[in-house]
Amino acid sequence: MSRIRVVVTGLGATTPLGGDVASTWDGLLAGKSGVRKIEADWATDLPVQIAAQAAVDPAEILERVEARRLDRSAQLAVVAALEAWQDAGYGLREENPVDRERLGVAIATGIGGMVTLLSNWDIQKEKGARRVSPLAIPMLMANASAANVSLRLGARAGVHTPVSACASSNESISLGLDMLRLGRADVAVVGGTEGVIHPLPIASFAQMQAMSRRNDEPERASRPWDVDRDGFVLAEGAAILVIETLEHARARGARIYGELAGAGITADAHDMVQPDPTGASQALAMTKALRESELAPGDIVHVNAHATSTPQGDVTEAGSIRQSLGEHTEAIVTATKSMTGHLLGGAGALESLSTLLALYHRTVPPTINLDNPEPDLGIDIASKVRDLPSGDLAGINNSFGFGGHNVAVAFTNAYATGGST
Amino acid sequence: MPTTEEVRADLAEIVNEVAGVPADDVQLDKSFTDDLDVDSLSMVEIIYAAEEKFGVSIPDEEAKNLKTVGDAVAYIERAAA
Repeated sequence: MSRIRVVVTGLGATTPLGGDVASTWDGLLAGKSGVRKIEADWATDLPVQIAAQAAVDPAEILERVEARRLDRSAQLAVVAALEAWQDAGYGLREENPVDRERLGVAIATGIGGMVTLLSNWDIQKEKGARRVSPLAIPMLMANASAANVSLRLGARAGVHTPVSACASSNESISLGLDMLRLGRADVAVVGGTEGVIHPLPIASFAQMQAMSRRNDEPERASRPWDVDRDGFVLAEGAAILVIETLEHARARGARIYGELAGAGITADAHDMVQPDPTGASQALAMTKALRESELAPGDIVHVNAHATSTPQGDVTEAGSIRQSLGEHTEAIVTATKSMTGHLLGGAGALESLSTLLALYHRTVPPTINLDNPEPDLGIDIASKVRDLPSGDLAGINNSFGFGGHNVAVAFTNAYATGGST
Repeated sequence: MPTTEEVRADLAEIVNEVAGVPADDVQLDKSFTDDLDVDSLSMVEIIYAAEEKFGVSIPDEEAKNLKTVGDAVAYIERAAA
């Protein structure tokens, strides 16, 4: 069967573990936690006083004037996108050899420029309407990150911002895949970002009883599948992938990390914030991703789970992995959120990047803090760094979001060139 | 009363902060849009920052007539007088 093959040729990230892909990947393999006590005064009265802040302030990387015109979520996205773009071997605007009308963007966010919104509301209350920034709207709108990356790269084939809470950036990867397979673009810059470490979102998530309150041990707070887990840890950061058709990548001799083989999207239609405990729709998302990728359940050697460290979500996902990949699946499963915290709309992209690098380097990052695993999970969780075998490898990254969104994305190491061991 | 040059220098600092234009380029004969490449949203920010800095009011209908740095400096001097 002939279908358009799509490969990944560039990666960029700025995360709680590092300001780029190399430092982030090193941090993941080292089992490093990016979670810290929040030092700001506003945190002292909150029930949750920990978060995983970006290791490198994006405002220090961007030019001053550009940085002040961007919400933090867009600063992070632009930094990661520029790294990915250069990693793919492309230049900026004038030096950009890509046909701009064939270059698309899909960059997601779960919440968007909430901090800009809140800070301008503070100004309006204090000083009046005439002191609100004229940049407030272009900074706070959810599509600002995608639009700013389009501006920087000159991308004109369509610029999109899927919003599906914590599944958002896996959805943007899926959307980019669709654009390329439908012939709407040759190259797409896809991923997600989030930058909402602010008292209001922390108070709101805390009110939902969704967040860890392990304030005295920040590095041990995110502990997927451990019996003592008590919720997720809010993180900020961005991750971006440059994807292109295999034909386009080969024509320019690009270095290839692997194939973006397929995606599967479903919805629970069960509850706004609780996963369907049967895991049926989560499993179906993985199964759909397998079908679209022309892979069998037994082909999957690695899963980067959504596993946010919440009491119910982690258990439900273990069940849905077994439903989709088989009760005796040998896939090595990991939860990198144990180290990075939860990047919300950036999580899917960061974990897709990790999934792909795990296949590329044949090394699975660990799930840290798994001191006492929940009994009877029935999946093989990497509590330390694990090696993957030689040969053709395939992996899945799961992302699930409030609203019942389930998005699974499948990668393989097919067509990988250079650096693969 | 500050001198014209002092008003220009303070305004130049604001233009640099908001739009990144080198302060030395912000001279009286320069057009904000044509010479200094200040976009419309940045111009709004500059006006509001100038109001705070100089303690004057620059209504929107007046602001749109301030085409050059010299126009703005003259308006600020009149309003502050």
